[in-house]
Amino acid sequence: MIKIIKYVMADILRNKIIIAYTIFLLVIGMSVFNLEDNTTKGLLSLLNIVLIVVPLVCIIFSTIYVYNSAEFVELLVSQPLQRKHIWLSLFCGIALALVLAFFIGIGLPVLLYSFSATGIILVAVGLMLTVIFVAIAMLAAVKTRDKAKGIGIAVLLWLYFSLLFDGLILFILFQFSDYPLENFMLFLSTLNPVDIGRIFILLKMDVSALMGYTGAIFQNFFGTLPGMITATIVMLLWMVLPLYFSLRIFNRKDL
Amino acid sequence: MKFNRWIAILFMLAGTYTNCVNAASLLVGKSQQYKLIQQAINAAKAGDTILVSPGVYKEQTIVINKTIFLIGIQYPIIDGEHTYQIISIKANNVLVKGFKLMHSGTSSLIDIAGIKVYDAKNVVIEDNFLEDTFFGIFLQGATNCTIKNNNLKAYAKTDQQSANGIHCWKCDSLYIIGNTVTGHRDGIYFEFVTHSLIWRNRSFKNSRYGLHFMFSHNDAYIANIFQKNSAGVSVMFTHGVKMFNNVFEDNWGDGCYGIFLKEITDSHISGNTFLRNTTGIFFEGATRIVVEKNTFIKNGWAAKIQANSIQNTISNNNFLANSFDIATNGSLVENTFNKNYWDKYEGYDLNKDGFGDVPYHPVSMFSMIVAENPTTMILFRSFMATLFDKTEKILPSLTPENLVDKLPYMKPLRL
Repeated sequence: MIKIIKYVMADILRNKIIIAYTIFLLVIGMSVFNLEDNTTKGLLSLLNIVLIVVPLVCIIFSTIYVYNSAEFVELLVSQPLQRKHIWLSLFCGIALALVLAFFIGIGLPVLLYSFSATGIILVAVGLMLTVIFVAIAMLAAVKTRDKAKGIGIAVLLWLYFSLLFDGLILFILFQFSDYPLENFMLFLSTLNPVDIGRIFILLKMDVSALMGYTGAIFQNFFGTLPGMITATIVMLLWMVLPLYFSLRIFNRKDL
Repeated sequence: MKFNRWIAILFMLAGTYTNCVNAASLLVGKSQQYKLIQQAINAAKAGDTILVSPGVYKEQTIVINKTIFLIGIQYPIIDGEHTYQIISIKANNVLVKGFKLMHSGTSSLIDIAGIKVYDAKNVVIEDNFLEDTFFGIFLQGATNCTIKNNNLKAYAKTDQQSANGIHCWKCDSLYIIGNTVTGHRDGIYFEFVTHSLIWRNRSFKNSRYGLHFMFSHNDAYIANIFQKNSAGVSVMFTHGVKMFNNVFEDNWGDGCYGIFLKEITDSHISGNTFLRNTTGIFFEGATRIVVEKNTFIKNGWAAKIQANSIQNTISNNNFLANSFDIATNGSLVENTFNKNYWDKYEGYDLNKDGFGDVPYHPVSMFSMIVAENPTTMILFRSFMATLFDKTEKILPSLTPENLVDKLPYMKPLRL
């Protein structure tokens, strides 16, 4: 299994796209802190990268990579190897490579220029979102045989998590504005990993604004240790569940 | 002016001392002539000095009804046994200095205080510790009094069971200087107090306001620190207040403001620092207020300006790292925003005059949405909220069009 991970990683790290991605993140990460004397503003710009660009790149790159390595997977399946191991190694290989790219690209500049609680949480959220979107991509890729359709689904999923879901929340909030929705919102936000990540960062970055009445409810939930643990478990579930379902499908799939 | 008056008081006090060359010093203590402070007061003539030795004195309420100087040596403790008011001052030109007053009674019927001044002039209360008192220092109908370097500490549990630290009612020309107040209901409370100065005090962790002004005209509060009060500072129904160089810090909560201005006119807010408050300044029915040279850092909202506030000028301020700069609740804006530095400004300066060439709109679309439906705060900084703000910048529709800074600074002001 480790051998396959090594192989996948070596393959990905040689990939021009992943190198370009790392350099892109690194350039942005460095320039954001060098152009602004205000590190809070720098972190704010990086927040948009972490919440929008990272999920997009992760989900699309992973989907395409899984489709492109279909022949390699077929070859491995013909060997005396468990399917479970093949699939998990593939996942680990992609996820590790992207995590490494993110850590070099965003993690290093943040730790160098803005080593604060907000900065560390931003990097942690970015790392978790990377793994989550790789897992979601694996599910999208294994579900459909057609490559074009698979990539389409991946893009749609990204659009859903980063834009449509929030639109839906806004719609609900205004339609049912006469009702106390705070706790329901707390539940709804756990249905979107991007939102959980964003709220985590907000609690550090905009804590003053969040201490208003509604915000105080989020602060009381996410700001306390049990809340933090719950939110982290939900994030972990977002990694494990898509992977688990994709694995089940892959195990039974007729390649 | 203020300084001159202060010197005048010193001379006046010095004058009283020299006039009373024949005045006696009465000693109070276990091994002294007088065992109780009240006995010494009863025996004293006007102008005498009473020196109190260290120890614990439990003598119900001490009433000072003649001009005396009551001075404690090494902070003797006067205990109110959770029942009594500790010192009542009912004469002019009294000095109370160097005591530790503890455990006054509490009552919702009468205002029990650590030290209470009844309709007196030129009283000086200086360098005392007050602990666990109901009202701390209570001035009623006092004129030209000085409250200086006292340390007040209470353990307020609810608003009903606690009272104000320094409470002034119907007074004139007070000097409240260098006091520390914590754990009371309102740190410093002014009602019908005029021409007074509040200078270099620290008021923190009080259960309501750090400073509370009502109907108190032409006062100044300068270089005070207000921290972590559960409702910040409130200035109401007043005109001619000068608020200079104060620090408002960590006032967190929905109804909690750095300064809450309600029905204020002709006042001046200058040189203050607002740090990490949920709302820096809240304007409600505020008129002709000049807000200049202040720094707003890391607040939720630097300022909320209700549409019923008119003719206010907000200029030469620094707005740094606030979640929202300005919020308002209507489209009518009768206030002037001019020459501020906004760190969210994205314009350019082609003619290099230091001012951005494009006007800055400090009210963002999303802050209008949040004002309408506070729960939407959960979507703050999401992709969609960013899109909203960007489109609103290109095609303004919801945000008030004339709430605009036409000359935003390109660089932060040095304040």
